[in-house]
Amino acid sequence: MTTSFQSTATSVPADQPSPARRRVSARWRRRGGIYLARLTLMAVLIGGWQVGVNAKWIDSFFWGSPDGAYSQLKTWILNGTSQGSLASQILVTLQEALYGFLIGVVLGVVFGIALGRNQFLSDLFAPFIKVANSIPRIVLGSFFTLAFGYGIKSKVILAVVLVFFGVFFNAFQGTREVDRNLLSNARILGASRWQTTRQVVLPSAFTWIMASLHISFGFALIGALVGELLGADQGLGLLIKNSQNNTDINGVLAGMVLVALIALVAETLITLLENRVLRWRPPQQSADLTVF
Amino acid sequence: MSIPPSRPAIELNGVTKKFATPNGGIYTALQDLDLTVAPGEFCAVVGPTGCGKSTTLTLVSGLERPTSGTALVDGRPVAGITAGVGFVFQNDAVFPWKSVLDNVAAGPRFRGQGKAAANTLARDWLRRVGLAGFEDRYPHQLSGGMRKRVALAQSLINEPEVLLMDEPFSALDVQTRSIMSDELLSLWELTRPAVVFVTHDLEEAIALADKVVVLTAGPGRVKATFTVNLPRPRNAQEIRFTDEFVGLYSEIWEALRSEVETAYARTTARSTAQTPDRPASSPNAQVA
Ligand SMILES: Nc1ncnc2c1ncn2[C@@H]1O[C@H](COP(=O)(O)OP(=O)(O)OP(=O)(O)O)[C@@H](O)[C@H]1O
Ligand SMILES: [Mg+2]
Repeated sequence: MTTSFQSTATSVPADQPSPARRRVSARWRRRGGIYLARLTLMAVLIGGWQVGVNAKWIDSFFWGSPDGAYSQLKTWILNGTSQGSLASQILVTLQEALYGFLIGVVLGVVFGIALGRNQFLSDLFAPFIKVANSIPRIVLGSFFTLAFGYGIKSKVILAVVLVFFGVFFNAFQGTREVDRNLLSNARILGASRWQTTRQVVLPSAFTWIMASLHISFGFALIGALVGELLGADQGLGLLIKNSQNNTDINGVLAGMVLVALIALVAETLITLLENRVLRWRPPQQSADLTVF
Repeated sequence: MSIPPSRPAIELNGVTKKFATPNGGIYTALQDLDLTVAPGEFCAVVGPTGCGKSTTLTLVSGLERPTSGTALVDGRPVAGITAGVGFVFQNDAVFPWKSVLDNVAAGPRFRGQGKAAANTLARDWLRRVGLAGFEDRYPHQLSGGMRKRVALAQSLINEPEVLLMDEPFSALDVQTRSIMSDELLSLWELTRPAVVFVTHDLEEAIALADKVVVLTAGPGRVKATFTVNLPRPRNAQEIRFTDEFVGLYSEIWEALRSEVETAYARTTARSTAQTPDRPASSPNAQVA
């Protein structure tokens, strides 16, 4: 039963944005080139789409158009949406995702480390957690909507459930992977069990936990949006759903752009946090998938 | 060097340690091992790989319990982590997420000392091991030799009465190793703990120790004990060219060689045909 949760944990990615301060200017020159190439790619894709629409190769009724999405966004910003101001819609969704994320992460870390450190607890909970994990959790959304209503609570709970498992399995696995030498050393140096957990297990497991945080905010956002699609009176998910009901494809696109922006900002913040928390790690080469 | 007549700092009596192997069997790592180390004595332990040297240290430190026999430290049976014991591990065991200063201050902090006092003490020890100015670095920003110094300071700051060292310098290059040997001796003179120093390097063992214990190929037991009567303070780099040193070296090597050969033959045999573990059958000559 010792490694019963192993298969479900997200593996620790080998690539980490390096905090190295060496060869700064060369890096910035290279980065500048990359930014330019990325901007060009985006301009070509969006511009091509727009040109296709203008030339009537693409049917904008079904596929929408960049300028349609843009003007929808502008209308929302200037005149508000049918549900109230755009800012309040974003805030509601953000709030749901953020609460869900924070609560889910804290619960996941606490349970993961507690079960990882305690054989009895892990033996006791293992079957329950496995069963709970095997339920496709999205279906819980309907349940929560009925049980907790159309307000923010049902979305937060769905987001918590989605976030919890990923973080839990990684925290558990991270706890089990702690170098035995380091544990022995801490004991010899006089650390109590709590000191060992706090100063050896937690920092060591953080490599694993951080890996799960990147996908976890995505899950929290999914929880918030799906909750809103299933029944809500506020939020971006509702905005998208209403656009869909009005067959307003540009409204759906505009909503997607907003969601993507939120995800991108969150990812950047998490990467910053990671660099701060894991700054003791040796810098690694080639950060393949960094956005910024 | 005369051994003080007080009670031994470490006493292992007929210690046997068995491990459960992954395929359900039982492996005897140590068999009826007797070892005594006096307070302030520097004891080196040599033996072929896998003979139970590290296991011996874990029994003294209290990380593991003997299957049978008794382990006494300072006259008291080992139960739980032994107080007053320091351990420099075979593999790097400094905390990679703590700065050099926090690593060295860890022991006093764990033991309830205040941050300021612990840091002052840690700075002292860092100066002693020659790492002043590196307080804020993380371990990955140090060389292997510097990390070993951090590990040494981390152990010595607790002023252990018993210092266990498991091949502390084996990962270092030859030059660094002999420098570290000298540094270890001068640090040892500061607080004079009883030392058990495990090594593969016979020269290192003789240069450092008051006595060298040779273990048999696994299951480990004491094959022979040699007293090293070279004058102190020693210079580990120069002492190895004296006649006395050379004589001791060939004498101990004679005892060690057959064990190394046995261990080697066994590993090569095991990799071709999976033979079951033999019970203790090696001769147990008590020399010196
Ligand atoms: N936890 C364990 N479970 C099972 N077998 C073990 C365990 N620890 C050690 N052993 C076995 O006991 C024997 C002695 O191990 P030990 O680590 O003490 O050897 P050693 O003398 O330190 O070797 P080396 O010089 O290579 O470090 C080895 O054969 C090893 O496989
Ligand atoms: Mg060993």
